[in-house]
Amino acid sequence: MQSKSARALYLIPYGAWILLFVVAPIALVGYYSLFDLHGSFTFGNYRNFFSSIYLRLTLSSFWYAFLITLFSLLIAYPTAYYLTKTKHKQLWLLLIIIPSWINLLLKTYAFIGIFGQYGPINALFAAIGIGNKQILFTDFSFIFVSVYIFIPFMILPIFNAIDRLNPALIDASRDLGANSWTTFRRVILPLTMNGVKSGIQVTFIPALSLFMITRLIAGNKVITLGTAIEQQFLVTQNWGMGSTIAVFLILFMFIIMLFTEQREKGGTGNGRNR
Amino acid sequence: MKDLIRAALAVLIVSALLMWANAELGKSAGKAGADTITVYNWGEYLDPDLLKEFTKETGIRVVYETFDSNEAMMTKIQQGGTSYDIAIPSEYMIEKMKENDLLIPLDHSKIPNLKHIDPYFLDLPFDPGNEFSIPYFWGTVGIAFNPELLDGDYDFSSWEDLWDPALRQKVILVDSAREVIGMGLNSLGYSLNSTDEKELDEASEKLATLAPNVKAIIGDEIVEMMQRKEAAIALTWSGQAADMMSVNEELDYAVPEEGSNLWFDNMVIPKTAANVDGAHKFINFMLDPEVAAQNADWVGYSTPNKDALDLMDPELVDDERYYPDEEIRDHLEVYRNLGPEMLGDYNERFLKFKMEMN
Repeated sequence: MQSKSARALYLIPYGAWILLFVVAPIALVGYYSLFDLHGSFTFGNYRNFFSSIYLRLTLSSFWYAFLITLFSLLIAYPTAYYLTKTKHKQLWLLLIIIPSWINLLLKTYAFIGIFGQYGPINALFAAIGIGNKQILFTDFSFIFVSVYIFIPFMILPIFNAIDRLNPALIDASRDLGANSWTTFRRVILPLTMNGVKSGIQVTFIPALSLFMITRLIAGNKVITLGTAIEQQFLVTQNWGMGSTIAVFLILFMFIIMLFTEQREKGGTGNGRNR
Repeated sequence: MKDLIRAALAVLIVSALLMWANAELGKSAGKAGADTITVYNWGEYLDPDLLKEFTKETGIRVVYETFDSNEAMMTKIQQGGTSYDIAIPSEYMIEKMKENDLLIPLDHSKIPNLKHIDPYFLDLPFDPGNEFSIPYFWGTVGIAFNPELLDGDYDFSSWEDLWDPALRQKVILVDSAREVIGMGLNSLGYSLNSTDEKELDEASEKLATLAPNVKAIIGDEIVEMMQRKEAAIALTWSGQAADMMSVNEELDYAVPEEGSNLWFDNMVIPKTAANVDGAHKFINFMLDPEVAAQNADWVGYSTPNKDALDLMDPELVDDERYYPDEEIRDHLEVYRNLGPEMLGDYNERFLKFKMEMN
């Protein structure tokens, strides 16, 4: 009996936290999305969302988030794989994680200098005879910087998953005659899928709503849902429309969570336990 | 477990020490004193030495905070968390704040230095009789450019010059809906306060064709980009252009002849004020010709203080780029508050414009 009431007591802080900082804000966003500029009740914001501008905005957000996630994954998976094979793997992992502790804005400003007309990259291009190129404010620079920022978050869960893989399984696969590609496809990849899914979750969802990088690196030529929300709240002061876009962003997140759900049993220690 | 408790204790002790130190620092900075005023201003928009001088002269301490857009400023004042005594919004925002009953009427008898202000800048439509606001700085929207980086002779006397196919990927625009849509309207000869959907559609179409020339749409980073020759042409405000030129002398600034925006930033006392008397003293202090001259020198924008002009570098004051004469000023337009629907419309058009850039 005593343990039961004690358990209930322990739940109070957690419950209060969830209620105050998760449930209440989402409810407020939903509430505000139902009002127009004059504070009268309307579904007009939702109708407006399905107009061409916001649909195109959503599609382009998804497209860029997809590219960012894809490239992050392509780089992170092999990196994580080889990290688990190195001697001082914890040290290497730490070296990869440390840059993610530096303020995002600082790193972004650094890239403005690196990619600039007089930056080191263009100096290199000029030296090897390619000539000066416009790198800043292009799709390339936007995806490059975003991938750079998300890679540590992608590597961590994948690293954990691969690290936890029992090497005996790989030996067994080899003994049974599978070549290395089959081993990877049939044994390693399925068993580390949970790490990959977690990595996709922590990359794709924030990538949908990036907004500082869109201005500083892409020169506002790439627009994401995040930019649109920021503008509705700070410039137009149309909280209703801003909330509506946020509602859709939350919906998209749920859908992505559903797709990347961790199904397997025994996948207790997936990569999100950082 | 013991370790955990010890670590938690250490964190608590360090936090407590920091909090105490912060409170002490706050005291010596005058936050807790009785006679203080809180000034809410744009970034880089007031010579910090003048704040010290104001404290020396009046004994009133100044807490100084900055904002980066009119809209953000108004949101903060509406919420009312901080007791701002002075704010410096632009003209259309003053109109809006008046509508929302966020301003306290000024007592002109406490501002004798008002006589130094050029009457041209007084009694304007957004605040008849200057009941709520006193001019601080004014300026224009135009094109800053670097002739060294351009092949050919451009003077940007017309907005049309920006559409020149030779200027591919050379133009930076300021990230602000009113300025960019206004440019589109002006280039077609329409008013930049247009609320006519047909004119706005035309302007949007015209702007979309600018896409190949647009390099980026950014904020205050423009200044550094132009200074470091990262970009050749920028749509910007006159004061930012002056800022750029103070570092890179190759640069030039022009206001196209079809018309552009003429803007005013005025000092107001918001409803949040706790020290209305101190706020009046501050306004009066800023209007003193010597103070205004020093401030204008530091900030780089144009002062409406006619007696300050005599104390400033004549080369600057006679520069038509910063102090255009009345004839030019008269065909420039002041922004009107268009109301939330039109502002939303402008912003959606601007969002669409940005999406067309790629």
